[in-house]
Amino acid sequence: MTTASPEKVDPGVQQDLTPDAIMLTDTPWVTVVWNDPVNLMSYVTFVFQKHFGYGKKKAEKLMMEVHEDGRSVVSSGTREEMERDVQAMHEYGLWATLSKAD
Amino acid sequence: MTSGFVRHRRSKRAIATFSVFEADLLRSLAAQLVELLHNESAVAATERDPLEALLDFSGPTTEPEDPVLRRLFPNAYRGDDEAAGEFRRFTEGTLRDGKARAAASVIDVLEEAGLPSEPTEEDLTIDVELDPEIALVWMRSFTDLRLALGTRLEVHEGDEDYWHSLPDDDPRAQAHHIYEWLGFLQETLVHAVR
Repeated sequence: MTTASPEKVDPGVQQDLTPDAIMLTDTPWVTVVWNDPVNLMSYVTFVFQKHFGYGKKKAEKLMMEVHEDGRSVVSSGTREEMERDVQAMHEYGLWATLSKAD
Repeated sequence: MTSGFVRHRRSKRAIATFSVFEADLLRSLAAQLVELLHNESAVAATERDPLEALLDFSGPTTEPEDPVLRRLFPNAYRGDDEAAGEFRRFTEGTLRDGKARAAASVIDVLEEAGLPSEPTEEDLTIDVELDPEIALVWMRSFTDLRLALGTRLEVHEGDEDYWHSLPDDDPRAQAHHIYEWLGFLQETLVHAVR
């Protein structure tokens, strides 16, 4: 999935585009994992390491975000990639959704 | 009473010893999960031409009615019913099959380890050895079982005191005890595998 370029681009806006901002428009979807009262913290950390290949520190940080903030963005990419991540999270029994990045 | 899973140093397998009662309990929980996953069919069973039914590969597009199934197969999109329905159509059937197969594998492993179909000998113990791949299947299935029990019991975060305050003969207290026991098994399994 891609986003169409606007027909006319304000040169002022164009100059403000940083490489990060361009990346963001390229990969505008995220996978969000939501807190639930059942899943174990150790298991959720394990799943983040196993599925996303994250190191233990990053996996634990994301797990704590889910636990304390109620949700965490665990991956970003194309819509198709995020659908695959969400499906994998559901296979693991985690509650996940995908949405457009803010 | 089982002390849960430990990692076997040489083989790297996750091993555990269950009493025959515990193994039988696990089997019956896994069997109930298989039944639940098959009961409310992924495609609504209606009177229709068998050939037409065979040729229809599409899955359901709406959330299951049962709260347990709703938790096992959550909506992938919030506030976008159409996208959620499309996602469900293409994924729920696969997800159901995977979860049913995982639970069936728990039963198979227990029976291959010597769990009789109708246990009579109380002193019998069942030793299971899980290679990393099967250990992952068990972890997923423990999760599904805990999600099912936890949803039925309506557990909330930090409600342990409530459950422990119930009288021992309360069926909900007994079910919650099993839920906690599955959590203990899951915890030891995660540590045995990582």
